[in-house]
Amino acid sequence: MAEAAALLEVDHVTVSYDGFKALDDLSFSMQPGSVHVLIGPNGAGKSTLLDTIIGRVRPTQGRIVFKGEDISALPEFRIVQRGICRKFQTPGVLDALTVEANVLVAATRDRRSWRSLTTRRSAAERARVDEVLDLIGLSAKRSLSAAQLAHGERQWLEIGMVVASDSDLLLLDEPAAGMTHREAELTAGLVRSLAGKHALIVIDHDMDFVEQIAAPVSVLHMGRMLAQGSVEAIRSDPNVAAVYLGRAAEGVDARRT
Amino acid sequence: MARKGLLYGLALVLLVAAPLYVPPYELSLLGRFLALAIAALGISLVWGTAGMLSLGQGVFFAIGGYAIAMHLKLANADAGQLPDFMQWSGLDKLPFWWEPFRSPAVAFLAVLVLPGLAAALLAFLVFRRRVSGAYFAIITQALALAAATFVISQQPYTGGFNGLTGFNNVFGFALTDPHTQLALYWITLGTLALAFAALRLLLDSRFGTILLAIRDGENRVRFLGYNPLPFKVLAFAAAGVLAGISGALVTLDLGVISPAMFGVVPSIEMVIWVAVGGRSSLIGAVLGTLLVNFGKDWVSSAFPELWLYVVGLAFILVVTLAPNGVVGIAKSWRRPAFARRERPPALVK
Repeated sequence: MAEAAALLEVDHVTVSYDGFKALDDLSFSMQPGSVHVLIGPNGAGKSTLLDTIIGRVRPTQGRIVFKGEDISALPEFRIVQRGICRKFQTPGVLDALTVEANVLVAATRDRRSWRSLTTRRSAAERARVDEVLDLIGLSAKRSLSAAQLAHGERQWLEIGMVVASDSDLLLLDEPAAGMTHREAELTAGLVRSLAGKHALIVIDHDMDFVEQIAAPVSVLHMGRMLAQGSVEAIRSDPNVAAVYLGRAAEGVDARRT
Repeated sequence: MARKGLLYGLALVLLVAAPLYVPPYELSLLGRFLALAIAALGISLVWGTAGMLSLGQGVFFAIGGYAIAMHLKLANADAGQLPDFMQWSGLDKLPFWWEPFRSPAVAFLAVLVLPGLAAALLAFLVFRRRVSGAYFAIITQALALAAATFVISQQPYTGGFNGLTGFNNVFGFALTDPHTQLALYWITLGTLALAFAALRLLLDSRFGTILLAIRDGENRVRFLGYNPLPFKVLAFAAAGVLAGISGALVTLDLGVISPAMFGVVPSIEMVIWVAVGGRSSLIGAVLGTLLVNFGKDWVSSAFPELWLYVVGLAFILVVTLAPNGVVGIAKSWRRPAFARRERPPALVK
């Protein structure tokens, strides 16, 4: 692994809650423009990993290095300003604003309060908003209130906001959750089209969706990296199967007793 | 949009000309309520737009009121004498922090700056710890209680329960003179119009957009790379300044400022005006202030013991049935049913 060129390095990170290790000495690195899919059973630490990268959760041990700089202690908004943006599991669009304003807020480069005392928008920002609305297919609904969108559209809007931030690393937590097959397909296409320009970490459960993204897959289990490889390799990995099946068996056992 | 501007212009003309056709008693009420509406505008900004419910705006109102009243007490005292209440309390020397208020310029500046600073400091300390919603409301209410209790307890320095009063001479004009009252009315109206226009601009700017966004999803805003803290602090400071100006104007209008005017109950009343008018609209704040206060005057002169029940009921009705107040009701009449999908924001989060 060419460490020097890595965009993101998760360096021996442990996150523990009262002794329970949500992440257990996890190391992981990403190159600029690469796509990574993260899967694993519930409680494997997938969301915690994204939380730790974005600063919502602080590592108990280890550090997060982004563009060669330790960001583990920075305030959340500073981490975002360094070039990481995240879509949360439950869509977090801004309901009070129009679809367009949602993207505009995300696309704004100068985010300082005193510089926002103006109605002026740069042509570049406006162009970027048009471009993103086009990308997520919501151009026709730009003037609607975000609260009026359907669930899938809200997911896209939030993906659009994350894209509009022009961050180098995008974290997408279950971007296709609750979507129809067709919508999920479109989302997978969107993710593929973003690769190269941005690095992406995508979490999802749905193996069909993961397959459509066609990117290397990492399997997390109990806060550790269990396996890494192509979708096919992961599918045929006996350890991975054991984790998923084992979980199922445990569930069955628990129900019996 | 142009129609709205025309409507506002017409309302302004009607208000400017009010002394021509409104009887003196009602006019004096109107002047005072317009002054109160300035504080209400600030509440609309912090609560309606930014989702910070403050039950302590009376504190900033009081700072403005006391700042101007301290100057007037000094200016109205006989040469070489202390203000009357200090003599009664046995003080023989003016407290050092009263000294600067001899200057009218300092007093004016204090009216504008002190409430803003106090509000900014409170907002910074509280919001830095990410306290919000009901907890913030409770803190502000406790502050209103503490401030009123403190002022009452410091009788020799603050005039205690009776507050500061007995200043008829205001910058060389007699407060009771009808001409002074008329001038004060227009000054109040002008200040309100200015505050209204300034807030309109603020809300239309990106700053206003971010405030709205913070109300709905502070974390989303934070994870888009914004630091919500300065936005909230600035908005809260602006509301503090408006409350301070309001307090100074009301003090001039009534010739008194006392703890009964800014404690817990008056602070909550301010929020009720805004709720009744419609908290997410500036004009709603002004309308609500006028409506509730004229209602109060009318109800309490006819049935003095009934007012608290009436206002309590009005508040409950607004919260349960018309969360966007009078303005919201007016809007829903105008707009076709299918467009009424916008859900009002939660009262506190």
